[in-house]
Amino acid sequence: MLIAVIVALAAGTYGFRVAGVLLRDRLELPEWARLLLPVGAATLLAALAATAALTEAGAFAGYARPAGVLVGLLLAWRRAPFVLVVVAAAGTTALLRLFGVA
Amino acid sequence: MRTANRTGGGAMLRDVAAIGAAMLAVGASFGAVAVAAGLPAWATLAMSVFVYAGGAQFMAVGLVAAGSPLAAVLAGLLLNARHLPFGLALGGSLGPARWRRLLGSHLMTDEATAFALARPAGPTRRRAFWVAGVLLCLAWNAGTLLGVLAGGAVGDPAVLGLDAAFPAGLAALLLPSLRDARTRRVALAGAGLAVLATPFLPAGLPVLLALVAVVGPALRRREPAPPTGSEAAPEPSGAGVPEPGHGEEEAAREPGPEAVLRAEEATC
Repeated sequence: MLIAVIVALAAGTYGFRVAGVLLRDRLELPEWARLLLPVGAATLLAALAATAALTEAGAFAGYARPAGVLVGLLLAWRRAPFVLVVVAAAGTTALLRLFGVA
Repeated sequence: MRTANRTGGGAMLRDVAAIGAAMLAVGASFGAVAVAAGLPAWATLAMSVFVYAGGAQFMAVGLVAAGSPLAAVLAGLLLNARHLPFGLALGGSLGPARWRRLLGSHLMTDEATAFALARPAGPTRRRAFWVAGVLLCLAWNAGTLLGVLAGGAVGDPAVLGLDAAFPAGLAALLLPSLRDARTRRVALAGAGLAVLATPFLPAGLPVLLALVAVVGPALRRREPAPPTGSEAAPEPSGAGVPEPGHGEEEAAREPGPEAVLRAEEATC
C-alpha cells in the first residue's frame, strides 16, 4: 500500500512537471499567450509566497512568521543581498518566537 | 534577481546555498517526522528522491499515518498541479537536449522556478535553473537522510524561523518582475485571492485559483501583440496605466517590452 502511494505520487508529480515542459514544445502558442506565461508563473509564485507567509493548515499562521517575511521583503526592496533577506527573515521570526510571540 | 545578475555565478551559488541550507534543515525535519510517524526509512528516502515535493511529502506522511492513503495521493497531486504551468513558463529554459527536459522536469520546484524566472531568458536562465535544481535536490535529500538517521534529535525548524525563509526568498526573487506594473497588479490580485480562499479550499487549490487573476488581462488582450521574442518581459498593460508621452495605445505599447527587457539585461 505504502509503495503504491509513493509510486502514484511520484508518477503524478513528475507527470505535471514534464507535461508543462513538453507541451510548451508542441503547442503553437499565440504571442499574447506566450507573453502571459511568465505573468502566470509570477502570479503562482506570489500566491505561494503570500499563502506560505500568512497561513498554516488553512488558518492564520500567527504573527512571528509574517513579521519575518515582512523584514525580508523590506530588505529585498532596499536591494539587500539575497542571503541577507533570507537570514534576516528567518532570524526575525526565530527571535520573535524566542520572546514568546506566536 | 538583480543582485545576482550584476555579479557572477559565485553570487548565484551563494544565493542558492542560502535556500539550500533552509531546505537541508526542513528535509531533516521531514525525515524525522516521517520515521516518527511510522514510515520505514526506505520509504521516507524514496519519497524525497522520487516525489521530491516538500509540501506533498509532509501531507502524504500525515494522511498515510492517519490511514487515508488515497487522500494522501489526491491531496498531494492537487498540491503539485501548479508545476504544470511552471513547466509551460520555463519551457526551453531547461535546455535544448531531450534528456535535459526529462531530467530537469524532476528538479522543478517553486524555488528553482523562481531562481530561473528571475533571470533573463537564455543561457543565464538555463544555468540558474540547473544550479538551483541540482543543489536544492541534493540539499533536500541529504537533509532527509540526516533526519532519518538522527530521528528525534532533529529540532523543530520553526524554532529557527525557517518557515519565514521560504516565502521571503520567493518574494525577493519575484520583486524584479513585479516592477512591471501589469505583472504586479495581476500577481498581487492573485496572491490576495489565494490568501482569502485558503480557509475555504483544500491545500493547493487557492494557489491555482490565483491564476483567475491572469484571465482578465488575457481576455482583454486577444489583439495581436507586438512580436518581441522576449519571455522575461511581460508587456505593460494599456489599461489604467498612463504610458509616458503617448495617447495612442498601440504606439505606447510598442516600446514597452523592449524597454523592460533592456533594463533587465543592462544590469547583468
